[in-house]
Amino acid sequence: MAKPLLDVSGVTIQYKTPQHLVTATYKVSFGVYPSDRYVILGPSGCGKSTLLKAVGGFLEPVEGEIRLRDRKVTAPGPDRMMVFQEFEQLMPWKTVYQNVLFPMQVTGKFRGKDAHDRVNAIVEKVNLTRFKDVYPHMLSGGMKMRVAIARAMALEPDILLMDEPFAALDALTRRKMQQELLALWDQLRFTVLFVTHSIEEAIIVGSRILVLSPHPGRVRAEIGADAFSHENVDGVEFGAISKRIHRLLFEHEVEEARA
Amino acid sequence: MTALAPLEARRPVERPDFESELVDPAGLVVVERPLPWYERIVKNEAVQNGAILAGLALLWELYARFLDNPLLLPTFSEMVATFLRDIANGLLLNRITTSLKSLAYGYSAGLALAAIFTSVAVSTRLGSGLLTTLTAMFNPLPAIALLPLALIWFGLGTPSLVFVIIHSVLWAVSLNTLVGFRSVPETLRMSGRNLGLRGIRYVALLLIPAAFAAILAGMKIGWAFAWRTLIAAELVFGVSSRSGGLGWYIFEARSELETAKVFAGLFAVILIGLFVESVIFKFIERRTVLRWGMQR
Repeated sequence: MAKPLLDVSGVTIQYKTPQHLVTATYKVSFGVYPSDRYVILGPSGCGKSTLLKAVGGFLEPVEGEIRLRDRKVTAPGPDRMMVFQEFEQLMPWKTVYQNVLFPMQVTGKFRGKDAHDRVNAIVEKVNLTRFKDVYPHMLSGGMKMRVAIARAMALEPDILLMDEPFAALDALTRRKMQQELLALWDQLRFTVLFVTHSIEEAIIVGSRILVLSPHPGRVRAEIGADAFSHENVDGVEFGAISKRIHRLLFEHEVEEARA
Repeated sequence: MTALAPLEARRPVERPDFESELVDPAGLVVVERPLPWYERIVKNEAVQNGAILAGLALLWELYARFLDNPLLLPTFSEMVATFLRDIANGLLLNRITTSLKSLAYGYSAGLALAAIFTSVAVSTRLGSGLLTTLTAMFNPLPAIALLPLALIWFGLGTPSLVFVIIHSVLWAVSLNTLVGFRSVPETLRMSGRNLGLRGIRYVALLLIPAAFAAILAGMKIGWAFAWRTLIAAELVFGVSSRSGGLGWYIFEARSELETAKVFAGLFAVILIGLFVESVIFKFIERRTVLRWGMQR
């Protein structure tokens, strides 16, 4: 098998609160291959967001290492574009167009006419051409999220990091965003690392699912889920995989309750 | 209280489902009707403010005529006449230019220093502590209280004025800017760092625009402090009788017992204050924080 694009091996992450030293994840290993839609799934407190921030370079693991294209991750960089859950990630002083253009300008990865062409193309792809010159405060939540995704995609990062990107959206918009992300992936086949706490979302969005257990976050399983989409949500297989993940996540709790 | 009805009677009323064709919205007429002209005029902010000012001027004129003592209180029309006369003969314009020049030097130097201070303060822990302490020490210290010291160090002249203006601008702007920087949402910071922004580019491209609402508030306070301090300092000394500022103009007028001229000087101070506040700062606000939806 080829080498993974992103190689996380034996990563333990700890952070300090004023009172405690918290171990967020313990000896977590996994590999993400090109064009994976790799989902990290787990209940709150399993350190999945922390893990993603470490891949982003915002946190340093106390043990183990994270390698992207065989280079060790040490600091944040535009080769790993992050899309956050909050809407505040867009720059309020820039229009949609400028927000998408900005990363290209500061990183110098694309310049001049090329950069502008890319912006136009990606803005059209996420259906925001009509809102190109609008400031973010005038957009709906779903539209802001599309801008954030467009901004990240336009830079062609090695890997796209998404931290529960749809969690703050209403159920209808959320479903629509999942569909759009999948449609976009169908066109561009980018690599994405996606964090969520929703089993359904993990199965629909993900091609591989890493199941983490909480306190501290440890790897419970890795499951292929490429075959599932919105069309077969009510199918038998979907129910089965959903039950299987549910069992993996919660069986310990039941045992603990019995004991 | 009556007893509850039997369960049978509490079942929801059954009614048939329905689907319907959408009503054609072509019949919907959106009428945009302009407000009648008198309402538009009354609601216009400029008109309202103008009316208030005109009312005050009228009261002044009437009271001064009733008092009939030009030494204590000249009439409004007399003051305006003096004001226009001194504008026309160049004396007042000359004084205003002198004042504004000192102000421009002091204000821009103050802003530049504040920018350096706060940039250092956000990037190092020590700098942050230093700035907080310095601000706590010097912000409550009236700039005019430093004037004697400035006179000893720099002598009579513009440098002394610039020194006290810097003092009055620096702390107000630094304090506001630092507060603004600290209140930039974590997500926005991370999305900046994600692009590899660091150091001065991080401050200039991310922190300053993100905190611009607070910075602008600081600049406004700083401007008001500076203008006040300048006029007060000029009252204490005129650089020389030929090149004094607005404060000196007022002081001179007092010693000549030309009360109308004193008022004309004060009038100029107020007019400039109004202009900066409601034209320059309003313009900046409209182009930035209002447009970006950071402020309503």
